[in-house]
Amino acid sequence: MKTIDNQTDGGSEATPGSYLTGFALAIALTVIPFALVVAGSAFPHAAVLSGIALAGVAQVLVHLHYFLHLNASTGSRWNLLAIVFTTLVLVILAGGSLWIMANLHQQMSPT
Amino acid sequence: MEAMELTADTAAEQLETDADRAFGFWIYLMSDAVIFALLFATYAVMSRNYADGPSGHALFDLGHTFAETLLLLCSSIAYGFVSLAAARGRRAQALLWLGVAFALGLGFVLMELAEFNAMIAQGAGPDRSGFLSAFFTLVGTHGTHVSFGLIWILVMMAQVAVKGLTASVRSRLLRLGLFWHFLDIMWIGIFSIVYLPGVLQ
Repeated sequence: MKTIDNQTDGGSEATPGSYLTGFALAIALTVIPFALVVAGSAFPHAAVLSGIALAGVAQVLVHLHYFLHLNASTGSRWNLLAIVFTTLVLVILAGGSLWIMANLHQQMSPT
Repeated sequence: MEAMELTADTAAEQLETDADRAFGFWIYLMSDAVIFALLFATYAVMSRNYADGPSGHALFDLGHTFAETLLLLCSSIAYGFVSLAAARGRRAQALLWLGVAFALGLGFVLMELAEFNAMIAQGAGPDRSGFLSAFFTLVGTHGTHVSFGLIWILVMMAQVAVKGLTASVRSRLLRLGLFWHFLDIMWIGIFSIVYLPGVLQ
């Protein structure tokens, strides 16, 4: 069947331990970017922004894996396909919009 | 013997319907993700358009955002324990954790409302600048989702209390869980794109 089978019964492979592991990772990946901003002046601006972005992406993956139980098993293959397609649409729509607007901004700036 | 086979068939059908429903709900969440992504893109474009109004650096309070983040994360993990309790058929435990998830989620919404209220009171409402319009639209859309999630949690608490953990109630609890965890993922985007870079400037 085309869904998260292990979720249909609330997660046959989910255990209190797996939720707590995800929770600990999520806390760490939240504290790191906030601490980076608090210590902001100690690092280059671009480094702090990259750190925030990396921690954010990592935390999204942690949530998908530990809380939404998304993986490459046949059970959740359709869910995975849907999220990969959505990501593609997002890259085109959001990334494309930002590209166009940045370009317009550049063209409109007085030289 | 025949009756037993029939029951097994019905159970398999029920499982299949639940799986289809979960997948359908997943597709809805993906469409919601597209809405959020476009609001994020709008915010990114507008994030420096202050119109001589206040910037994020002047308005955002890192401690407040951190507390909101923890409330929503703890609410999400509390819902994880609802799923575990429901899978094991433990009704009282499921109700307890639903209550915990509700209380933490309510705390999040109240903190967000307090923040909005303080911003509007100091003249930094959504009509002040392009930056603030985009901010209130993005963060407000997320807050509205969380508020509807809270109503859904209350409805499910009533269903668990009255009907017990029947197959259809468990199936609804599963979809509510997808929604609740999804909203926490959207919040990661909000603090990473709106609050942290805003405070940094």
